[in-house]
Amino acid sequence: MSESSHQALRAEALESLLVEQGLLQPEAVDDVIALYNERVGPMNGARLVARAWIDPAFKARLLADGTAAIAEFGFEGAQTEKLVVVENRDDVHNLVVCTLCSCYPWAVLGLPPRWYKDPAYRSRAVREPRALLREFGLALDPDIEIRVWDSSAEVRYMVLPQRPADGAALDEAALAARVTREAMIGVARL
Amino acid sequence: MREGPVDGIHDLGGKMGFDGIDVEAGEPAFHARWEARVFAMVRAAGVAGALRNSDQFRHAIERIDPVAYLTHGYYGRWLGGIETLLIEAGVVDRARIDDRVVALGGDRQAPVAARPSAHPDVVAYWPTEPHSRRPVASAPRFAPGAAVRTRATPVSGHTRLPAYARGRLGRITALHGGWVFPDSNAHGRGEAPRHLYTVAFEGAELWGDGAEPGTRVHLDLFEDYLEVS
Repeated sequence: MSESSHQALRAEALESLLVEQGLLQPEAVDDVIALYNERVGPMNGARLVARAWIDPAFKARLLADGTAAIAEFGFEGAQTEKLVVVENRDDVHNLVVCTLCSCYPWAVLGLPPRWYKDPAYRSRAVREPRALLREFGLALDPDIEIRVWDSSAEVRYMVLPQRPADGAALDEAALAARVTREAMIGVARL
Repeated sequence: MREGPVDGIHDLGGKMGFDGIDVEAGEPAFHARWEARVFAMVRAAGVAGALRNSDQFRHAIERIDPVAYLTHGYYGRWLGGIETLLIEAGVVDRARIDDRVVALGGDRQAPVAARPSAHPDVVAYWPTEPHSRRPVASAPRFAPGAAVRTRATPVSGHTRLPAYARGRLGRITALHGGWVFPDSNAHGRGEAPRHLYTVAFEGAELWGDGAEPGTRVHLDLFEDYLEVS
């Protein structure tokens, strides 16, 4: 039996005991799955990025106070009490990590991908971000400064990527479709 | 009682030897139903009063078996943390879970991540208001641009100063106001709000000659972690 099968059974066992005690409704699992598959995910962050690209006033507000700027979007989800958006430039690249656990801005990016939570990413992002990014296929010029944001308290970080050079003719929805989760964490550029 | 490891396995920043990044295209929020089950059980632990705040939960995860921490994955760690808290609060007991695992066809000898304490901290209060931001009566001790040195001495129990940044010289780049202090709140010793700062560290200050050039690491640090440099 594989490691994850053991955990699946233990989770099922614990869940059944909690259900019997009236502490948990079995349907709660389906609600969680629906919420994070359909409504809370990187598509929300992509909307912010696309809006920032086409609306300079929104971009200024987003960078000055991310929490206030996203309020009008009405996103669901926790883990974004204070959002700080950090902007990539020609000479600056930002990278987000949580070395102590796996803090992540759920309301705008959804639940984190597996690699973000794994020891390799968490250990290497602060010590050797350039080598790490090369493994993601992103070889940054040595002149580009790398700013790593280790989310060690309740502030949550999201990267504002640079607008792709070939995106000039695209409208807001088409631009949002170009924005990837990886770019908003900082392991890719667009 | 402050329990838990100094320099626990969770404190991964800068640790060497972990290689390989495995990116899964179009990765779903959950890879299996049991992962969502664990997610839903976090709320149930709150209903049961076994889990009162996220600092307590993070600390419970830090206390699980260190081998399991590295091998059971994110939701496996969560499962270990939730089971730990539920047992410590007396909501379930270990034998009943084991028996149920066996009844479901599982292996009684399979490794278990949870490591409940016989003398756990008791968190006897709920958050005084939603989320973690709280007023602090005193003025912030540091201003933007100030040079600070982080506390060099490790502490036992929960803390949010990573080991790689202990005793290091940095510069304040942002003030964030008052926030619940995890070092206290995780152990049930009150929310004890503190001023929170973003501090920037040059790569060479953290990693010495081996640092990659042109890199800087930012951490969000509570005032207690910082000294005037």
